[in-house]
Amino acid sequence: MTRQPKRSFAQKLVIRIPYAWLLVFFLVPFLIVLKISLSQSALAQPPYTPLIDFAAGWHGVTAYLAALSFDNYALIGSDPLYLLSYMKSVEIAAFSTLLLLVIGYPIAYGIARTPRRVQAVLMILVMLPFWTAFLIRIYAWMNILQRDGPLNQLLMALNIVSEPPAWLATDTAIYIGIVYSYLPFMVLPLYATLEKLDESLLEAAADLGCPRWKVFWLVTLPLSWPGVLAGVLLCFIPAVGEFVIPDLLGGSQTPMIGQTIWIEFFGNKDWPTAAAVAVALVCLLVTPIIVFQYQAMRAADRG
Amino acid sequence: MRKVSAFNFAAILLGVAFLYLPIVILVIYSFNASRLVAVWGGWSTHWYAELIDDAPLLESAFISFRLAFVSASAATVLGTLAAVALVRFGRFRGRLLFSAMIYAPLVMPEVITGLSMLLLFVAVAIDRGFWTVAIAHTTMAMCFVTVIMQARLVDFDMSLEEAAMDLGASPLYTFVAVTLPLILPAVAAGWMLAFALSLDDLVIASFTTGPGATTLPIRIYSEVRLGVKPEMNAVCSIMVGVVGITVIAASLLAKLNAAKGIQARPQT
Repeated sequence: MTRQPKRSFAQKLVIRIPYAWLLVFFLVPFLIVLKISLSQSALAQPPYTPLIDFAAGWHGVTAYLAALSFDNYALIGSDPLYLLSYMKSVEIAAFSTLLLLVIGYPIAYGIARTPRRVQAVLMILVMLPFWTAFLIRIYAWMNILQRDGPLNQLLMALNIVSEPPAWLATDTAIYIGIVYSYLPFMVLPLYATLEKLDESLLEAAADLGCPRWKVFWLVTLPLSWPGVLAGVLLCFIPAVGEFVIPDLLGGSQTPMIGQTIWIEFFGNKDWPTAAAVAVALVCLLVTPIIVFQYQAMRAADRG
Repeated sequence: MRKVSAFNFAAILLGVAFLYLPIVILVIYSFNASRLVAVWGGWSTHWYAELIDDAPLLESAFISFRLAFVSASAATVLGTLAAVALVRFGRFRGRLLFSAMIYAPLVMPEVITGLSMLLLFVAVAIDRGFWTVAIAHTTMAMCFVTVIMQARLVDFDMSLEEAAMDLGASPLYTFVAVTLPLILPAVAAGWMLAFALSLDDLVIASFTTGPGATTLPIRIYSEVRLGVKPEMNAVCSIMVGVVGITVIAASLLAKLNAAKGIQARPQT
């Protein structure tokens, strides 16, 4: 353990101001969610049994502990609606992450093989839509996927289909929406590792008589593994909790978990259940989130 | 010169087309004179003209821009401080928790961030409205700013600061006179990205907003939930334009910044 250097007051402030902000507005809210997920819903404003009453002293604390209930979690476990919702979210997120990898890898690989100057321009082109109005890009697909929208018009004109198929309100539309919105997230980390790939290794393998597909399988792919992992995590984690895409493009059969939280909260006004569903979602994602953080921190330290 | 194979070329071309075609189609449809999507009624700026009379929409747009300005500014200050702390100060107590709190919001589903923020505001009985959304957006955006600033600060040439301090400048003066001008393009890029994030957010704003603070995305969402509307095509096209210009400016600044970083490094 190295000794910490003495810091001036100003330096301490540089650490403490953002630290305090994140504690108050990121960590504390989580603890409150955890707390409310353990309270009973009540017909009150706000609609749950009150927070801890410190004014009543020790008695207040014991009364509080006695009132903690796992009812909300029991409800989530027993009502198949919630389980189906979690399963659907994981299924959709996992399958679309796979699609993203299959689509994103050739793009990242292709960009990494172009001349340097072109690479920079192409990467800006890929990243630009990511920053450009997420909601609007999903809305753009509502236009395209309508029954008499441009996609069906094109398919009809090319005689691929005779009847215009319904795209909206299907899982296919959700997949299209997720792949479309998250593609930059997948391409960026893949490109970052593929760009650093030492090409002499590929040449060496080829010189030794290795066929091209085998060079890819035995050399390129294993070396780009960190990028694959980062891309997969960067897409999978937010996709599980996605709300806007399934809400605007998907159907109403089984809501994804983000929609379930939204409905419990805004529709049913059942805050404790919404909080419990959210805590369960965080538990589901905690392993991938920790792996992601570990990766991101290592990448930041390497510079 | 490296050769680009046909396969690589096709992958890039298809990828870029996939990313941009929907937006191009949206913009084209916003100029469609017909109310029906299936019918092309000729070019018209009718739907844009109609927006000028839509007072609630204009008010939402005004709120959103003000909100983006406030939260981007706060996020830039906080995010820069956090990046300085992480890059420059080595070990400090709670560093692990600190960096965990920086990276977690980057991937945290927005529904959870929004819900937890709201429950905090309710617990401390703050009236929800403009400022609660501003706080929520600041928290989310500062983490993105930190990541951008971290990348800039890692390859910052420390000898420039040391020189200033050897010549008797105070740490604060050194920061203002030497460090800040050098990292300014990255600061500006961070600000613009935070601005774009705030302007774009629906989920967190929906949870943390209150009466009188209906942002543009919330307004657009409630309009388009039930289907496509030509007026919304026009609004969205304008938004794409505004955010697009902001982001292009930000990435140009970041490029300029990278060039400066090379310049500032002593030639060996």
